[in-house]
Amino acid sequence: MGYVASREQFGKLFSYWKKEYDIWAPKRFPGGGRFSDTDAVRYAVVQEPDEIEFEVKSAYSWKETVLPPSETLFYFAQNHVEEAMPPLRKRLVFLRSCDLEAVRRMDQIYMKNGDPDYYYARKRDNLAFVMIGCPASCENGFCVSMGTNAADQYDMSIDAADGEFRLDSRRDDWSAVLAAAGAAELDVKPCRVSENKVQVRVPENLTFEVGKSSMWDQYDSRCINCGRCNFVCPTCTCFSMQDMYYDAGGKVGERRRVQASCMVDGYTDVAGGASYRKKNGERMRFKTLHKVLDFKERFGYQMCVGCGRCDDICPEYISFSNIINHLEEGMKEVQDHDSSK
Amino acid sequence: MTAANNYIPFPTKIEKVIRHTKTEYTFRMHFDHAEERVRPGQFFEISMPKYGEAPISVSGISADTIDFTIRKVGVVTNEVFERYEGQELLIRGPYGNGFVFDDYDGSELIVVAGGTGVSPVRGVIDHYAHHPEKVESLSAVVGFKSPDDILFRDDLAYWKDRIDLRMTLDSAKGQPGYREGFVTAVVPELTPKDLANTKAIVVGPPPMMRFTVAGLLKLGLPEENIWLSQERKMCCGLGKCGHCKIGNVYVCLDGPVFPYLKSKTMVD
Repeated sequence: MGYVASREQFGKLFSYWKKEYDIWAPKRFPGGGRFSDTDAVRYAVVQEPDEIEFEVKSAYSWKETVLPPSETLFYFAQNHVEEAMPPLRKRLVFLRSCDLEAVRRMDQIYMKNGDPDYYYARKRDNLAFVMIGCPASCENGFCVSMGTNAADQYDMSIDAADGEFRLDSRRDDWSAVLAAAGAAELDVKPCRVSENKVQVRVPENLTFEVGKSSMWDQYDSRCINCGRCNFVCPTCTCFSMQDMYYDAGGKVGERRRVQASCMVDGYTDVAGGASYRKKNGERMRFKTLHKVLDFKERFGYQMCVGCGRCDDICPEYISFSNIINHLEEGMKEVQDHDSSK
Repeated sequence: MTAANNYIPFPTKIEKVIRHTKTEYTFRMHFDHAEERVRPGQFFEISMPKYGEAPISVSGISADTIDFTIRKVGVVTNEVFERYEGQELLIRGPYGNGFVFDDYDGSELIVVAGGTGVSPVRGVIDHYAHHPEKVESLSAVVGFKSPDDILFRDDLAYWKDRIDLRMTLDSAKGQPGYREGFVTAVVPELTPKDLANTKAIVVGPPPMMRFTVAGLLKLGLPEENIWLSQERKMCCGLGKCGHCKIGNVYVCLDGPVFPYLKSKTMVD
């Protein structure tokens, strides 16, 4: 059911949510950006509608709401193990179409690749999604190319414009709150991006053979394997285990999982000293082909949602969309080389 | 939906510690109905609170025990060596596919393994050494670095009398029963009678597996008759943490045992 609501009317729904949910949304932190005099926009629990940043895409993605950078799995006390408690309250997440599509990818790995992940599953059941419409494309996004500009699996959509909110509610109780607050019914469709400045094309003939192309060599020196591209990615799922002990006696502590990056040293290290993909170019190839080739081979659709955050965050100004667009050339190089043998 | 908590390890009692070398021990752990629940080639995550977890393959299975043959090479395994008989270890598993006997029953089976690579295949060799009627023949080629690195001495002695066992040491002259060199030097000397019915399992360090497979193919084995077991970093064993992914394959879920036809397409 569609509504147009004033700030006050929307505030009533917001208060209704707060009884049941922690509300996670992009929030602006003045002066918190990576360069002087710039702001940071990242996820936080918000208490008022005015705290929500509706204009600018968050630097980090929605995934922090279910997969924090560090998550305690259980506690040790000598040989006794006790499971960490789940969050006490449900979570309502404001996110954009690209991130809502990313939820499906995260579910794919955490719920359907092997048995469901216990810690993800118990939080996933208590998530609600409010999709922020995109009236215009962000700078580096390429959602249209990836087909992620039209996510539809939301509980409510929201577009903020001219001091009012246009809402498409799919929850009867939320609709009832809006109606009781006096919000007018209106046929509402969320704003969608129909064209990005950045466009990509994943070649139809892409295979792992592209790994033999020279296109990856430049990243041996350009990439500094900081892993930021992975940490901001709404679809990167990897983690490592980490044990932490509280006292020098070593009797009491906890096991955590922390976000991991396939670009960072140590990702493939096995005991005894062996490791794989030592060069940064090889790691770039591994990451790229996961996002636009092998996830699709395994699950039937592309992993990358084209949010452009990896391009936004890279300190070396490496563009992932540019890499995707060079794959065709890379394949041609490999095939030409093979046929000239 | 409530899934089981697949990250919490459970305590198991150390029934026996077998010291093979200074840095390689077998820990025999109590595990109810192990024979019905565990296959050779599968692995467990062993927990050392404060130090973390390590994936360790099962090197032996009996009615109510499983063996872990552990090499002291990392922070977790160093700590495991501080444990004694009667104490407990926290473990979770089993994970992975393991070796399926149906794949090898009735064949002329060749097993080539090097160093700690013998652990995952020990259960396979032992199974057919005890049930020779289930295969046409069994040739095992087992290699170690030096006399100090020899694992499973009692098993080797038992197998020696029952199967075609050939043993190598990378660098040691004059060790009775062993010849100097790599396992790859022995492979060309194998003489399978019916190549179409000859099957091979290869486990060891990546270069050893590469050269051994090349040798087997040169003998004329069909590619589809060869299996390998891969070792990768694994933090979860559950298809989630991502560390063991190679291309579209998760070694923990789809492996660690792979047909060579699949393995040869996997690029790290």
